[in-house]
Amino acid sequence: MSKVRILAGTRKGAFILTSDARREQWDIQGPHFPGWEIYHVKASPVNPDRIYASQTSGWFGQVIQRSDDGGESWRAVGNQFVYEGVPGTHQWYDGTPHPWEFKRVWHLEPDLHDPEMVYAGVEDAALFRSSDGGQSWQELAGLRGHGSGPHWQPGAGGMCLHTILLDPKTAGRIYVAISAAGAFRSDDHGQSWKPINKGLVSEFIPEPTAEVGHCVHRLAMHPSRPEVLFMQKHWDVMRSDDSGDSWREISNNLPSDFGFPIEVNAHDPETIYVIPLKSDSERYPVDGKLRVYRSRNGGGEWEALTEGLPQSDCYVNVLRDATCVDRLNPCGIYFGTTGGQIYCSPDGGEHWKTVVRDLPAVLSVEVQTLS
Amino acid sequence: MLPGPLRLLAKIDGEVELEVAAPVTQRRLLEELERRYPVLLGTVRDAQTGKRRDFIRFFAEGQDLSHKPPDDPLPESVAAGREPYLVVGAIAGG
Repeated sequence: MSKVRILAGTRKGAFILTSDARREQWDIQGPHFPGWEIYHVKASPVNPDRIYASQTSGWFGQVIQRSDDGGESWRAVGNQFVYEGVPGTHQWYDGTPHPWEFKRVWHLEPDLHDPEMVYAGVEDAALFRSSDGGQSWQELAGLRGHGSGPHWQPGAGGMCLHTILLDPKTAGRIYVAISAAGAFRSDDHGQSWKPINKGLVSEFIPEPTAEVGHCVHRLAMHPSRPEVLFMQKHWDVMRSDDSGDSWREISNNLPSDFGFPIEVNAHDPETIYVIPLKSDSERYPVDGKLRVYRSRNGGGEWEALTEGLPQSDCYVNVLRDATCVDRLNPCGIYFGTTGGQIYCSPDGGEHWKTVVRDLPAVLSVEVQTLS
Repeated sequence: MLPGPLRLLAKIDGEVELEVAAPVTQRRLLEELERRYPVLLGTVRDAQTGKRRDFIRFFAEGQDLSHKPPDDPLPESVAAGREPYLVVGAIAGG
């Protein structure tokens, strides 16, 4: 019988939660790495026992942990993230040049085919890759050196590369997103990059349709149709049908188009989910009601999913890496909040249950579907 | 003596005793610490430059050694193992 395993990163450690396919009863293990911020935990899609974790601290820096037994035991691997060449400068919040400085790893993306290969999205924004299971890291410097790098500027959370999507159909195609530079695509395994922000409009930057400078919060794709991308931008929910070459807005009847995560149902590439927040200054659900919004037609119209979620006095945030879907049928949807709850809907969003209620603030949620 | 999060990371219980060739300096002591516990590489000082991390301080004999040249000899009592060398995480936050 299938089972699922949630990998949750929090402000004070990592937690591993397992359930059978009914997704009703959960066994909770943790905290792993107690007291440390765990930005992201993700497993290899080809070796589910191989899990990578980003462990970080403002005091003690970056550690990368690796498990080869499904999270039972861990060992620290390489933590040297050295920018290639002279790092140069990007823009600071006030527009002045600021040197590129490594701070932390936001996102780890294991390769689709090789469990020894894993990508890391870091702050200050850059993409690194390891081909030896995380022991050593090399920057894919064509991204930062694309030419627009000196004009990139941090978002409120720092200048982070937070999203990495590996195209399962086109070899060598990678998408990344950076706050607040925008989305980028490589078609040659990460050697060279181009910005893919045409159609984005960001009224809060000097040139609202600029090639770079957009605060993209998250990208999502369905593996069966990777040329279609969905985006939650700082404001606006967007869609591209041409691999990011152009975008159009699909916010439509959402109560707010500000938010962080966006996800695609595992069995229907036109069914997508967002969690709207009131505004960028009030990062909590509209009207204090925690509502997931689902569109069954790729963003044409949206419906609120509320059953089992708090519908009054709820003022948590859901961060960009804290939402995921499993591969069971019906598809399970998961998200974690800054209030320490993880919620699961085992039926595509119709009904929600609390998996766990009182964790530290949840930074990331991934789920594995295990046979 | 290391701060709790680093003892946890390196699976150290209590104090660490290190054999360091004379003259015993902060640089030599920290290099030996990182050699013995590679997981600590980069957590106390930058692995490339050797620069102390911003929120780390070094103390011994009640003195703040954080800003002393790393190649200066440590006090004899520390070199002889009678007094501890303290790696301290700065108190910051709420």
